[in-house]
Amino acid sequence: MPRKKIKCVVWDLDHTVWNGILLEGDRLVLRSGVGDLIAEFDRRGILQSVASRNEPGPALAQLERFGLAHYFLHPQIGWDAKSQALRRLGERLNLGLDSFAFVDDQTFEREEVGFNLPEVRTYDAADIDQLHDNPDFMPAVITEDSRRRREMYRADEARQEQEAAFRGPGDAFLATLAMEFSLAPASAADLLRVEELVARTNQLNTTGKIYSYAELAELRESADHTLLVAALSDKYGPYGKIGVVLLHCAAEAWTIKLLLMSCRVMSRGVGGALITLLRREAKRAGVRLLADFRSTDRNRMMYITYKFAGFSEVAATEGETLLEADLDGIPELPSYLRIESTWQAVPRG
Amino acid sequence: MTQIEARTKIRAFLGKFIPEQDFADGDEIFALGLVNSLMAMQLVLFLEKDFAVKFANQDLTLKNFGSVDAMTDLLVRRGVIGAD
Repeated sequence: MPRKKIKCVVWDLDHTVWNGILLEGDRLVLRSGVGDLIAEFDRRGILQSVASRNEPGPALAQLERFGLAHYFLHPQIGWDAKSQALRRLGERLNLGLDSFAFVDDQTFEREEVGFNLPEVRTYDAADIDQLHDNPDFMPAVITEDSRRRREMYRADEARQEQEAAFRGPGDAFLATLAMEFSLAPASAADLLRVEELVARTNQLNTTGKIYSYAELAELRESADHTLLVAALSDKYGPYGKIGVVLLHCAAEAWTIKLLLMSCRVMSRGVGGALITLLRREAKRAGVRLLADFRSTDRNRMMYITYKFAGFSEVAATEGETLLEADLDGIPELPSYLRIESTWQAVPRG
Repeated sequence: MTQIEARTKIRAFLGKFIPEQDFADGDEIFALGLVNSLMAMQLVLFLEKDFAVKFANQDLTLKNFGSVDAMTDLLVRRGVIGAD
């Protein structure tokens, strides 16, 4: 299995981002190449944060002075173990720690992280010159959505703060977000983003099967396939293109070959709505609705999503399951979403 | 653990999301719209962790998790709590 791409780089500060020790009153100088590397990772859509043993106020002020503060999400500046800081970042960003890189000049810190979180890749600050061309730090594709990834996560921070402050049923909170969900056949311009989502999405992915750009382009044109792209926005701004559905359409049955959603929208209740839309369309078209499911070590949530959305197993072989949807008792679409679908399998009327 | 203790525990968990006076043990919490589909995964993980059980694929249905009664029955069938 190829190594997973790095999605988040976590930087130490003293003697890693800058030379000198902040709390000792040293004259701090940005280390050569660090500023450019941080800007380059940001352009590639790699998220970045900080794990530093320091006083938060002065450390953040120093990052501001170097013009770097805006690059870092959820900076972890304090006195606890760096493995703890990384664990919190994984939770806050909703990313697996096996997609994290940790850069620190101190062997002790790298070994502490490596011991407690062996899945995190650690790098000596002395070796950062090699990171620029390291293939692990080179996403398969870079799209408009990747370039804006940091901004979109920033909007997520505002959402999370509001959510934490909100008391009451989940739906009532979701309604305050004024979410707009759209579903449309993939355009040629969407294909890069679809390829990126397929490569990046592990948890909310019904098969984990990787499709190349060429395969996706062929499926988009294929007469018996439909490739759909979902997008979401809310009052804080766009989440971008966040979902993909690949349908195989035969005369009597449609089969969902792939359904995936970006983990950024995990708590937004849009996966269930998407499945409801598919069930409705299948019923209207008078076809059975089947779904392929392939279990990976990460995607049990998608199995549960299908099962709780009226699907049951009709066949199972080694690791692969075929599910079929009950097309009776399809629930209403959730009231907290405004849905715009430009996909019509069968013309209405 | 007895069934009564199990019910109390499940009700307390659900109580974090919906006021306890708003649902009875037989109420279909998903069908009544008391919780949304996001709750499915949380419920499965909560039961697996707090009752030290791992559900098989065939256990994972809306019916088995649709009410406090149904979840208690499931735990009895899995031998996690006594049948009283």
